[in-house]
Amino acid sequence: MDSTAYLLSVVAVAAVATFLTRALPFLLLYRWAEHPMLKHLGRYLPPVLMVLLLMYALKDALVTGVELLPSLVSLVIVGILHLLFRNPLISILSGTGLFMFLTQSGVLM
Amino acid sequence: MNPESNQSALRLSLPVLFGYIPLGAAFGVMFSELGYHWLYATLMGLVIYAGAGQFLAVGLLANHAGLIEVFVATLLLNARHMVYGLSLLSSLKLRGSRRWYLIYALTDETYSLLTMLSASCDKLRSRLQFRIAVLNHLYWVIGCSLGAWVGGQIEFSTAGIEFTLPALFLVLAIEQYRAMRRPRVFALAFLIGVVALMISPDNMLMLSIAMAVSLLIMARGGVEWTRLRIF
Repeated sequence: MDSTAYLLSVVAVAAVATFLTRALPFLLLYRWAEHPMLKHLGRYLPPVLMVLLLMYALKDALVTGVELLPSLVSLVIVGILHLLFRNPLISILSGTGLFMFLTQSGVLM
Repeated sequence: MNPESNQSALRLSLPVLFGYIPLGAAFGVMFSELGYHWLYATLMGLVIYAGAGQFLAVGLLANHAGLIEVFVATLLLNARHMVYGLSLLSSLKLRGSRRWYLIYALTDETYSLLTMLSASCDKLRSRLQFRIAVLNHLYWVIGCSLGAWVGGQIEFSTAGIEFTLPALFLVLAIEQYRAMRRPRVFALAFLIGVVALMISPDNMLMLSIAMAVSLLIMARGGVEWTRLRIF
């Protein structure tokens, strides 16, 4: 598969998956939503998934150790800023800016 | 056209404008690192239209993830949207294509604006709901396009911009923790992630999701699935 075809298939699959999550409640109404097992998964899966996605996003740094220190320092700053201001935009953009500075300047490397 | 509801839809959606342009632009700059034409970022903003979902898509594209992995990861990442739909079932009176558009465009921010609308009159509320959804979608597409276009032009190095992704997931994890406050769930997730990384870094995501779902089902007792009837 060439790279544009791959990109377009990923976009199509991601779009369908996103639409499904938004449309399912309207399609299935309450039929499944009240099922205890689905409620159980619906309650615990999101926090578990966020941790797993965080680790997935840091996979290369965790496995190879490359840029691990700047990643961890920037994450701590993101966490502190988010606990202080609870504004996702401030936390994410400051942390990313810090990480870009740390890695590009070679401090902490 | 009713200028009054147009104006108030615009006013109500202003906070989203200030959030979506920079966040969409951050996605666009990150996407431009992949080397595709900026118009594909416009396309993604238009058809996927999910903040975290699109950031994840960039990560998956960079890792050349398989399509099944893209499907499962996106579905589970956005699973929280299902809760939104359920709570809007009664207040969504739109019919036909506009109804489906609103469901399609039901992002976190659009949802939170829609829950704030008072139920003074169904017709006016439906019109406001639809206009807010369109405006927010527009802001997001503009942000994504701008970011990808600028990201392709600028001179300074954007190396490291992909850190937006772990930063976003940390923020979402903190929000989840605030809602739940059960450290053990987070520790278990971390352990699952470590085990999956040790077994196979390349398949870490699918492997850990499969382990997490099976553990959660086992913790509750698989018997309950038999009560799940399709029709």
